Amino acid sequence: MIFLEFEKPIEDLYAQIEELRQMEQKTGMTMADKIERLEHKIKDTREELYSKLTTWQRIQVSRHPERPYTQFYSNYLCNDFVELYGDRTFRDDKAIIGGFGDLNGQTVMFIGHQKGHNTKMRQYRNFGMPYPEGYRKALRLMKLAEKFNKPIVTLIDTPGAYPGEDAEQRGQGEAIARNLIEMVSLKVPVLCIVIGEGASGGALGIGIGDKLLMLENTWFSVISPESCASILWRSWDFKEKAAVALQPTPQELLKYGIIDEIVKEPIGGAHLQPEEMAKTLKKTIIKHLAELTKIDPQTRIENRIKKYSAIGQFETVNV
Amino acid sequence: MQEPRKPWWKRLRKGVDTSTEEKLETPDGIWHKCNGCKKALLVTQLRDNLHTCPHCNYHEKIDAEDYFDILFDDKKCEEHFTELRSKDILHFVDTKSYEKRINDAIENTDLKEAMRVMVGAIGGNTTVVAAMDFRFIGGSLGSVMGEKISRAIDLAIERKAPFLIISKSGGARMQESAFSLMQMAKTSAKLHQLAEAKVPYISLLTNPTTGGVSASFAMLGDLNIAEPGALIGFAGPRVIEETTKRKLPEGFQTAEFQLENGFLDFIVDRKELKEKLTKVLNLLKK
Repeated sequence: MIFLEFEKPIEDLYAQIEELRQMEQKTGMTMADKIERLEHKIKDTREELYSKLTTWQRIQVSRHPERPYTQFYSNYLCNDFVELYGDRTFRDDKAIIGGFGDLNGQTVMFIGHQKGHNTKMRQYRNFGMPYPEGYRKALRLMKLAEKFNKPIVTLIDTPGAYPGEDAEQRGQGEAIARNLIEMVSLKVPVLCIVIGEGASGGALGIGIGDKLLMLENTWFSVISPESCASILWRSWDFKEKAAVALQPTPQELLKYGIIDEIVKEPIGGAHLQPEEMAKTLKKTIIKHLAELTKIDPQTRIENRIKKYSAIGQFETVNV
Repeated sequence: MQEPRKPWWKRLRKGVDTSTEEKLETPDGIWHKCNGCKKALLVTQLRDNLHTCPHCNYHEKIDAEDYFDILFDDKKCEEHFTELRSKDILHFVDTKSYEKRINDAIENTDLKEAMRVMVGAIGGNTTVVAAMDFRFIGGSLGSVMGEKISRAIDLAIERKAPFLIISKSGGARMQESAFSLMQMAKTSAKLHQLAEAKVPYISLLTNPTTGGVSASFAMLGDLNIAEPGALIGFAGPRVIEETTKRKLPEGFQTAEFQLENGFLDFIVDRKELKEKLTKVLNLLKK
C-alpha cells in the first residue's frame, strides 16, 4: 500500500498493527482485540481525513500511483471489451486507448487516457500525455461509434497533451481543435467523466459531450497547478497556492455550473476499493446513457451547443 | 609583461548615480530598433511599411486597431459588443489580483478587453472581423473573448458575412481557470454553427498564437493563414525545451514551419494582406 503525505496517521496505525502481528507470532499470545481496535481507528481516521480534504490533498489522491485507469474500468465495466488501435495515419498512441464493449447489454465505445502503474508502463504510456495521433485515434473511434449508433463514454485522466518537438510538428493544437468541433456534432450520446487529472486542452480534447462528470477526488483546470505556479509566480514552490487559486475540484466546479455531477468515491479514494468504484461508475454511466438516449440526436446536439454557449462569466456595462 | 596602466583620473564615488529619469536616451518615437535584424529604422518609415522591417521583413506586433485600418475600405468600420467586461469571478490572486490586472490593463491601454469586433468592407466584401490585442493581458482568451467570438459568429450568420479572426495570443487566461478552458469548447461549438450556415471562416494567425487559442478556433479556419515568421504552436518553446531538455532547432514553430507541416493554407505578407483576402473572399462568393 502506498500512503500519501497527509495519510501519515493511517500509515502509523498500519505499522502498529504489523508490530502486533509480529508479536503474536513470537509470543503466541492473541492480539485480536487490539488489532480490531486499531482497524476501527484506521477506518475512523480515514473517514475524518477524507471528509475534509484540502485542494492540494485531493490533487494528490487524483495522482495516486495505484489509482485505477481507463483500461481497468473498461475491462471491469464491460463484457467482451475489444480494444482498437491506431489513428490509421501515423501510428498507435499509447496514452489514449479505446474500444467497444458490452455495458449491461448495450454496446458502448469507451475512450480514455491511459497511464501506467510502474516505471516501465508509465514510460510506455508516456505518463498519460497523448501525441496528436492519440486525439486522432480517439476521433476515429468516435466516428466509428457514430456510424453504428453506439453511445460514447470518455474517461479523462491526463496531466496534459505532450509538449514535445514531434508532437508540435504533427500538429498538437490542430488535433485537439479538430476534436472539439467534431465532438460538438456527434449524433450519438457522449458522456465525459474525469477519473483523475483533467489538465487543459489535453483533457478537453476528449472532453466535449452532453454531460461532464467528475469522480470525487479529481481536478479539472485550464492548466496544472505546477505550470500555473511556474508562469504566474515564476516558481513551482507556489503550486499549492496555485491549486487553491485555480479552484479545480469537482466540488467547486459543480458550484460554478461547469460540471453536471460528482461521482462519489469509496472512502480513502478510488484506489483503495477499485471494484467498488467501478460498480458506482457503472450505475452512473447506465443512468446517464439511458437519459441521453431518450433525446433525439438533433435536440441532443442543439442542447450541447446551448450548454457550451452559455459558459462564461462577464459583466455588461452601459456604453 | 605590460605594466598595468595608471588611470588618468580617480573615481571618487562608486557606481552609477545618474537616476533613470536623468539618463540621456534617444527620445521615443523617432527611431525604432527592428526586433528581427536589430537595424535602426525611422518610426515614420516603419509605419509607412505597416510595421514590417524594410530590411528583413520582420513583422512587428501591431494593435487590433492597426489591422482594422489596414483591412477596411476607407478605414470605415463599426464596432460591436463594446459593453462586455471581464469579471474576477474566482477572486484569483497571484502576484496581483485578477481584478487589478483587468483594471491596470484598461488604464494602460485604450482597450476594454483583449479582443475587438468590427464589421466593415474588405475590398467591397462586408466582413465580421474579430481581432486580438496583445497589449491586454497578452491577448489571453477569457470569458469576454469567448462571448465576443460567439456573438460575432451570430452576427456573421445573420448578415451572411464572412468571419475573420486575427489571433495574437499567449493562450487561455489562467485567472479564469475552467471558465477560460471552456471558451475553447464554446467557440468550437459556435464555429460548428457557422460551418452549418456555410459562412466562410478565415483564421489569420499572427505572432504569437499559442496555447488554447491554437488548440481551438485559430486552427479551425476554412482557411488558416499566417503572417511571416509568426510563432505558432500549442506548447510554448520554453515548455518544450524544459520537457525534452533539448534546444529547439532554428525556425521551429514559425509560420513557415507550420506551412511546411501542412497546417496553413498560405503565408501572407502584411503589406499584401488586404489584397489577398479580397481575392479569397471574392473567389468564395462567386
